[in-house]
Amino acid sequence: MDWINAIVQGVLLGGLYALFAAGLSLIFGVMRLVNIAHGDLIILGAYLGLTTTSILGIHPLMSLVVVMPLMALLGYCLQRGILNSTLGDDLLPPLLVTFGLSVILQNSLLELYSADPQKLNAGIIETASIEVGSLAIGILPILMFFTAISIVAGLQFIFYRTALGRAFRAVSDNQDVAQLMGLNKRHIFGLAMALSLAVTAVAGIFLGIRTSFDPSVGGGRLIFGFEAVIIGGLGNLWGTLIGGIILGVAQNIGAQINPGWQLLSGHIAFLIILVIKPKGLFPRISG
Amino acid sequence: MNIPLKYHVSRSSRLSRLVSFITVLALILLLAVPLLVGRADRVLFGVMFLYLALASLWYLLAGYAGLVSVGQQAFVGLGGYMLFALTIFAGFHPLTAIAISGIIGAIIAMPVGILIFRLRGAYFAIGTWVIAEVFRLSFAQIQSLGGGSGSSLPVAIVKSLASSRQMREWTSYWLALGLVVLVIGAVYLFLRSRQGLALMALRDNELAASSLGIDIWKTKFIVYIVTGALTTLVGGLIFLQKLRISPEAAFAVNDWTAFVIFIVVIGGIGTLEGPIIGTLVFFALRELLADLGTAYLIVLGLFAIFVMLRAPQGVWGFVRSKFHIYLFPLNYKVERFREDD
Repeated sequence: MDWINAIVQGVLLGGLYALFAAGLSLIFGVMRLVNIAHGDLIILGAYLGLTTTSILGIHPLMSLVVVMPLMALLGYCLQRGILNSTLGDDLLPPLLVTFGLSVILQNSLLELYSADPQKLNAGIIETASIEVGSLAIGILPILMFFTAISIVAGLQFIFYRTALGRAFRAVSDNQDVAQLMGLNKRHIFGLAMALSLAVTAVAGIFLGIRTSFDPSVGGGRLIFGFEAVIIGGLGNLWGTLIGGIILGVAQNIGAQINPGWQLLSGHIAFLIILVIKPKGLFPRISG
Repeated sequence: MNIPLKYHVSRSSRLSRLVSFITVLALILLLAVPLLVGRADRVLFGVMFLYLALASLWYLLAGYAGLVSVGQQAFVGLGGYMLFALTIFAGFHPLTAIAISGIIGAIIAMPVGILIFRLRGAYFAIGTWVIAEVFRLSFAQIQSLGGGSGSSLPVAIVKSLASSRQMREWTSYWLALGLVVLVIGAVYLFLRSRQGLALMALRDNELAASSLGIDIWKTKFIVYIVTGALTTLVGGLIFLQKLRISPEAAFAVNDWTAFVIFIVVIGGIGTLEGPIIGTLVFFALRELLADLGTAYLIVLGLFAIFVMLRAPQGVWGFVRSKFHIYLFPLNYKVERFREDD
């Protein structure tokens, strides 16, 4: 029974990892940018949620109304102001610049909020659970999981059913031709980053409700997100969700064997998949 | 009168010969540093040497082999832990332990390289970080080395290096100096060797190089193993200076990779002089802004971003493009000279 419980909880945890990963997957798909600061931006989302809830006295999930637009605006400005000029064939400029952003974010959060662990208080939903057979499944993990599914579905809809999505796919296929067809790629990239950070805001708030966080934990979240993206296959959002689930299940099975092995077994599952299928399980585009 | 013109191809120049002379003088001076300056400055010099070694290695990996790794902390931490494990459990002298750890670093780099070379570009970069995380979490499991909270090097082992504290600190300074000379010398000789020529051809155009019969995978793999081994050595020395190790400190991505990348980029990627200039600028900034606390890291991040966006060839690249100065004779150039007699 413990094992079934571990697997079910792992699947639900996978929803959170898919939320970490969806933003990464989106911007990589559109502009081949790997954002080292992604994890720190998730943590920034959590801290913005903390400030919003304490100032306005609202529920952390309600704070998304404020945090999502804020993060989206930050994403657009970041992309137009800095990141656009790093894009090109050379890998180093975006890597260094986002590394720089990561160091700046971590230390700014440290200055503003100190290194003390913080947590978002979501009240009753943190502990509420429903009985399924002999399993007790928490309301919060279920909420996280279905949020992840709806966000992936929403992104998928935007990508394949809207004018914006057509623009995303056009610049992804060929930037120059897209530009000739009248798209402003700098603006499109800005919108993609805005969307990515809006998703990141949701990820940050859920992270903050689920566990305590401090300015230094961003790097670990980036790695989980990255692993989910690679396991699922580049450019495939549903694949990313499955990647997150595989990661979550692997971690929980590891933790079931030995509590110290939780994170390690997630990484090892990732490396095994890398050996068997280097392009991930369901690749759409080549890296 | 017709003066015959002669051309010859040369690597060195009067400047580079002068520089090698000055380098020898500087090395003698640096050897004498413990006698000339106080403890704080000597410690600073020691740390600078180790960062310079890390930066030169990272630059070989990323600048020449195109292997942009953000996981070199895996080897730094491995070196540190090998120093502790081999001295505590196997009873080796610290210096023997560090030498052995270099070999272990090379051996570990092989399977890691085979695995991680399956990823390309940016995903290679983060893949190396995952490897470093696996190392960190694995070493945190070893309870006899202090598990997650880490441990200190036992006093008896520390004393085996030299009996007096002053002599120990001087030894560790000279070791750092020796290692940085070894690393820069190795990188320099490697780049001038046949393999180095292949590497530079790869850097300039992979397709053209492979059509000339260069084995891309093998050339990059050799570089990965060599840098892995040398980075492990540096890691051993870093933790011989610190005398205390924990998984968090040993495998810190910011300390051993982010700052190293900043140094290389600030100095100028693609030149062997770059890391030296970058290290000097990095530590000058650190000393200037020491009073700011963590805010200094914010300034550093901003400065690195500024250099990348406004002067992507770095400080040294800027100087070089303006004045055509090459301190290390790595490039060939055609010179014309007149023969009057």
